[in-house]
Amino acid sequence: MKKDGTNKDTGLGRGLVLSQGNVAVDIDRSTELLGRRKLFQSVTFWLFRLSAAVNGIALLVVVFFLITKGWRAINWTFLTQPPMDSMTKGGILPCIVGTACLSIGALVVAFPIGVASAIYLHEYARLGRVLRVIRLGINNLAGVPSVVFGLFGLAFFVVWLDMGVSILAGSLTLGALTLPVIIGASEEALRSVPDTYREASLGLGATKWQTIYRVVLPAALPGILTGAILGIGRAAGETAPIMFTAAVFYTPSLPSSPLDEIMALPYHIYVLATAGTEIEATRHLQYGTALVLIVLVLGLNLFAIIYRARLRKRQ
Amino acid sequence: MRIKDLDFFYGDFHCLHKVCLEFNANQVTALIGPSGCGKSTLLRCLNRMNDLISTSRVQGEVLLDDQNIYKPDVDVVTLRRHIGMVFQKPNPFPKSIFENVAYGLRVNGVKDKTYVQERVERSLQEAALWDEVKDRIHESALGLSGGQQQRLCIARAMAVEPAVLLMDEPASALDPIATQKIEELIHKLKETYTIIIVTHNMQQAARVSDVTAFFYLGELIEVDQTKKIFTRPSSQKTSDYITGRFG
Repeated sequence: MKKDGTNKDTGLGRGLVLSQGNVAVDIDRSTELLGRRKLFQSVTFWLFRLSAAVNGIALLVVVFFLITKGWRAINWTFLTQPPMDSMTKGGILPCIVGTACLSIGALVVAFPIGVASAIYLHEYARLGRVLRVIRLGINNLAGVPSVVFGLFGLAFFVVWLDMGVSILAGSLTLGALTLPVIIGASEEALRSVPDTYREASLGLGATKWQTIYRVVLPAALPGILTGAILGIGRAAGETAPIMFTAAVFYTPSLPSSPLDEIMALPYHIYVLATAGTEIEATRHLQYGTALVLIVLVLGLNLFAIIYRARLRKRQ
Repeated sequence: MRIKDLDFFYGDFHCLHKVCLEFNANQVTALIGPSGCGKSTLLRCLNRMNDLISTSRVQGEVLLDDQNIYKPDVDVVTLRRHIGMVFQKPNPFPKSIFENVAYGLRVNGVKDKTYVQERVERSLQEAALWDEVKDRIHESALGLSGGQQQRLCIARAMAVEPAVLLMDEPASALDPIATQKIEELIHKLKETYTIIIVTHNMQQAARVSDVTAFFYLGELIEVDQTKKIFTRPSSQKTSDYITGRFG
């Protein structure tokens, strides 16, 4: 308390007054400046909050839109029956099955190669030109447009290797697309395993591979699996890579071998909305299919996020 | 174990200069010296952990039972079984307590379940940890306190029955009570193992070791019985360091 009884609020809380010996600090001025600084901080923080909110809002808008337009199409028949009457009636069962086959196929292709590559890049590779070239390759692979993947798949798998339009060709093409995602997520997971574990293991007389297999991989597994789930989600929603390599407008039966052609959810939407014979009449089915697809992808992503959070909590 | 004319380089940096040192069996040798004098580097040379650093280079010999461990035909993996290491910060694996101690046995190919069980129990007893963990031996090792984790790491190192135990500032990350337990443990362990401990805590070196070696800027300045080093050191530098003139 100052001698004259004043007790100015310096912004440090009531009752706390600053003074420097005989020189009194100009409290009024510093309060005003403090107020302005706080206001500026509030404004900028609210701008940040708004930006973050835009993300969530955008997603909600899209989902809401699809739900309102498409929920009428969703029923048991829709999900379990093949399309009938030039696609105006019936369901999308072959599409669901086809997308599932392609996603699993892409994972079967990309997961082993991706994880093995990540292990090599992080644990074994020595700095040098070879490493830089490989990394350049992976980064560029990640940047290839999906339609280019589709054309590549057509030229290489479908025609040159004579696989025909098939699940196999589609899975290989989608696998190539998913590969950078899995390598990236796996490398990050491996990086997050502390070096102290590796040192402790080697110090006990383990070989490098034993260290990786027994300590590093189990510790990195949550991150790797999360990457795999996100990878499947990405593969499930791609249209261009499968357009030329696996998906067809209509096939009467469910696939029985990897060389069969299939229908797929994203391609089905495209087909109904542009090339089908009854575009307007099938509009509700398009939205229904889109809704199923987005529920599938969002569901996978949500599962990955929750799974990763649970594992992080356990660690 | 003996070191003969050891020079060590990190790339161009000449870290250790012509070090000659002998470690007697069943004794505790402490390596002391100010930060950056190379004592941890020297320790890591003894089990070839520095091989992990690509720019490291070694000249000279390190002899275990009169065999140079840096000969090109030496199997580093087997070597590290015979020379165990405990690190500064406790680093148990994210596995159960049992699996942590059993790890060394498993990677060296031991399959006999009863043998593994016995050895794990014996190591934990030797590390004075068995009573505290016997009821939760299959729970995660990460749930233990810092001091317990470090004793677990010691048990883990002992499970493979090394000849030499290297300890890099084993108690520096621990509270005083845990430190005391570790020091008591070292006292007990020297009956079975040859222990080489790096410490920047001079009082700890005085308490725990039989022989002390003082390093300064990569050179071995003086090595002698601990009592003598701390009461009547021969070198001026040693006495300056011990009395705290520099640190």
